[in-house]
Amino acid sequence: MSTSAKTRIVGSSVPRKEGVDKLTGRARYVDDMHLEGMWHGVTVRSAIARGLIRSITFNPGIDWSEFTVVTAADIPGKNHIQLIFSDQPCLAADQVNHCEEAIVLLAHPNRQRLREAIAAVHIEYDPLPPVFTIEESERQDPIVWGADNLFKSFLLEKGNVDDAWAGAAHVIEGEYRTGAQEHLYIENNGVIGEYSEAEGVTVWGSLQCPYYVHKSLMAVFGLPEDKVRVIQTETGGAFGGKEDFPSVIGSHAALLARKAGRPVKMIYDRLEDLAATPKRHPSRIRHRTAVDASGKLLAMDIDLATDGGAYSTLSSTVLSRATLHACGPYYCPNVRVRSRSWATNTVPYGAFRGFGAPQATFAIERHIDEIAAALAMDPVELRRRNFLRDGMTTATQQVMRESVILEELLDRALRESDYYGRKKRFALENPNNAIRRGMGIAAFFHGSGFTGSGERYLNSLAGIDVTPEKEVRVLVSSTEFGQGTNTILTQIAAEALGLDAAHVVMAPPDTRVVPNSGPTVASRTAMVVGKLIERASLQLLRRLREQARLGGEFDSDEFFSACERLRSSCGDVVSLCRYEAPPDIFWDDQKYQGEAYPAFAWSVQIAQVAVDTLTYAAQVEEFWSVQEAGRVLNPVLAGGQIEGGIAQGIGYALYEKVQWQDGHMRNNQMTNYIMPTAEDVPPIHVYFEEIPFRHGGFGAKGIGELPHDGPAPAVLNAIRDATGVSFHAIPLLPEDMLGKLAVPAPAEEPATV
Amino acid sequence: MTLSYSSIEFVVNRERCQVSVPPMKRLLDVLREDLGLTGTKEGCGEGECGSCSVRVDGELVNSCMIPVLQAQGAHIETVEGLSKSGELHPLQKAFLACGGAQCGICTPGMLMAATHLLAQNPTPSITEIREGLAGNLCRCTGFVRIFDSVIASIAQSHAGPGRKSHAG
Repeated sequence: MSTSAKTRIVGSSVPRKEGVDKLTGRARYVDDMHLEGMWHGVTVRSAIARGLIRSITFNPGIDWSEFTVVTAADIPGKNHIQLIFSDQPCLAADQVNHCEEAIVLLAHPNRQRLREAIAAVHIEYDPLPPVFTIEESERQDPIVWGADNLFKSFLLEKGNVDDAWAGAAHVIEGEYRTGAQEHLYIENNGVIGEYSEAEGVTVWGSLQCPYYVHKSLMAVFGLPEDKVRVIQTETGGAFGGKEDFPSVIGSHAALLARKAGRPVKMIYDRLEDLAATPKRHPSRIRHRTAVDASGKLLAMDIDLATDGGAYSTLSSTVLSRATLHACGPYYCPNVRVRSRSWATNTVPYGAFRGFGAPQATFAIERHIDEIAAALAMDPVELRRRNFLRDGMTTATQQVMRESVILEELLDRALRESDYYGRKKRFALENPNNAIRRGMGIAAFFHGSGFTGSGERYLNSLAGIDVTPEKEVRVLVSSTEFGQGTNTILTQIAAEALGLDAAHVVMAPPDTRVVPNSGPTVASRTAMVVGKLIERASLQLLRRLREQARLGGEFDSDEFFSACERLRSSCGDVVSLCRYEAPPDIFWDDQKYQGEAYPAFAWSVQIAQVAVDTLTYAAQVEEFWSVQEAGRVLNPVLAGGQIEGGIAQGIGYALYEKVQWQDGHMRNNQMTNYIMPTAEDVPPIHVYFEEIPFRHGGFGAKGIGELPHDGPAPAVLNAIRDATGVSFHAIPLLPEDMLGKLAVPAPAEEPATV
Repeated sequence: MTLSYSSIEFVVNRERCQVSVPPMKRLLDVLREDLGLTGTKEGCGEGECGSCSVRVDGELVNSCMIPVLQAQGAHIETVEGLSKSGELHPLQKAFLACGGAQCGICTPGMLMAATHLLAQNPTPSITEIREGLAGNLCRCTGFVRIFDSVIASIAQSHAGPGRKSHAG
């Protein structure tokens, strides 16, 4: 394995850049801000899933002259949220397509009065028949979106699947389902909008992608770039949930501000945030797999469907990532993946950590265990026999040019967890025990950065400048929402410039100050944006040496003196770099062939799970995660990403169930939408192997999404190991196991464990 | 609608305060809006997430569930009172070193819960730490480094995580 170049700052656990502000309560989240003369804004939402809006009436018992009221008629530009497509209205005008769709906006100085006012807006509908499931949408009757209810479909083909079945020793089929999942960031969605003729629109808010909101506001207000400004405030968790939705709430607050002639703050409470904002796409994935007698994969035929909700939002790109992760980290000569994302009349599903990969990984990693069971083979050995290796090709014919060390990851995970030792012990203990224990494994990869040609289209720009106050500033629109953006990007700049981390700060995440370094999504910040910061820093050093007499060895005083010499001769001291694709990356969007991702991060996870056969409670008792995600820039932050992702993945598997009733989320409270607590999360053991990736910032690949992909299949595989029962759907709650555990009750009192 | 106002006095972070507010106003809103102490956060408004945790007369409470009239005469501690004379509290130092805070929104409440735990039990076991923090939800960390932080603060060692991290 290659070793890392010697570094001073990269690779060390520099404390979180904004950590002290967060720990002392000084950090300013949007709800902590108050602007002079500011009012509060609220949303009147659809009570039905689908129908025509017949009338909107305002109860005369309220003095409406005190309120600002905004409807679709008040939108000065286009009534749509500009994303990949523009099918989602900013405010419903004639028809609603999901419950909780926004129809009317109200602003008033007093929040209590707004509660009464919402109840005093009466909307009458002519209901239309809704569809709520993939199966209902597939029937294409009724049509609820476009010509065929289909947001997007892909067909990915390699070799010849149809010829492979005849020669197979075994053909194994399975259907796997995943449910919606809530991001459950602890800070709900919130923004402040302001408007003036001179300045245009300004939005402050809790968000991931300032330039997404910027683009959407330009369309809604019909304003040029320089009349729209978006500023990210400290953001209390996002996980994808603040990728696309801030464009909606941001437009709403700004529309109210324009009409009210004053700043308007909109902060959702938990009930509204859970009911009205996007969640993870539910999926149904069918596998049909041919293997030879030794367990080698011969053909994989995969039918993948997602529920996209009422509008297209990001469903096409989520489907793309699901499609590209559907085969798992395995070599198979013949592959067909048909994938489709269907429209239904629920709140649009959106981005969520993993972005389709957790769904796809759940299916393939559960299915691999089913294949192993059918062959009476060790699931570990089945995986080992089929792992992608150096020089092999994926389903898109992407050649593995970078080193693939899945076997090393697997061996380390087996060793650290004492996998076989524990399995042996549980096999002895389980038969006489009401609590059955098992070990489950998941092996998987996650593509870093945008899919295919995505990074080329983004064409990100990022860099650094140096202020006369002797501060290096990182200029990016890449935002901090807990993952560590501020810390790792300042580490990278300090490392490359030969300065201390304390000399480097983040420029404010304000579209008037920072260039568009792309959205803060897709595990791209460390790898793609980090590389831009590394390049921009080295570029500045070269200029300082060539144009400002900076010596080969220098201290920080000499560095900043050279910067002042450059400033006096050239003006601003700024160094920007634009994205350059690695030279060997080719992608065919039509055939879905080529380099799907510039790099993959790899992981093997193992779960130890105890199933109580009396209460049907499944508890993850211990968890091991081994991964290779390139260079680890900051071990404490990287470990935190892995642990947090695993906890969220365990929630996805065993706790978090969105319950629907006529298109409404019924359990839209933290009381009854349950996430893992401090008592539920097991001890988690995290191990990194490092292979620096030359096109990533100081060798980094993506890390943020990877850990969420594996826990669900690892946990359900462990439940199979413990009980002998295969479950094919998540979330798997006790009521879902009820009556399905064919485990005879122990003859005597359960042994104490 | 007319709201009657009451004059309520209490001590916040060792300072005497007096506010004139509707008596049923949530303590959370009084802290944030009337006293400008925005370190205390709202996460759910129903006592589930613990982001609004403060200590009232030495008890850990969800300030979203307390009408301010119940705080009459009380001694209240919020995150803003943890550091003294610019020096971080040992828990704050440990959270910084160990990665106990990510997005930071649960952090003020988590720090108050940890403060309360250690006030009740200066040397808690890991099980007691888990129980003590079970009323505070964190969506970022998976809690692992929060436990590490509490353990490190007990050990008065701010050099690094109490648990080994594995690299290379």
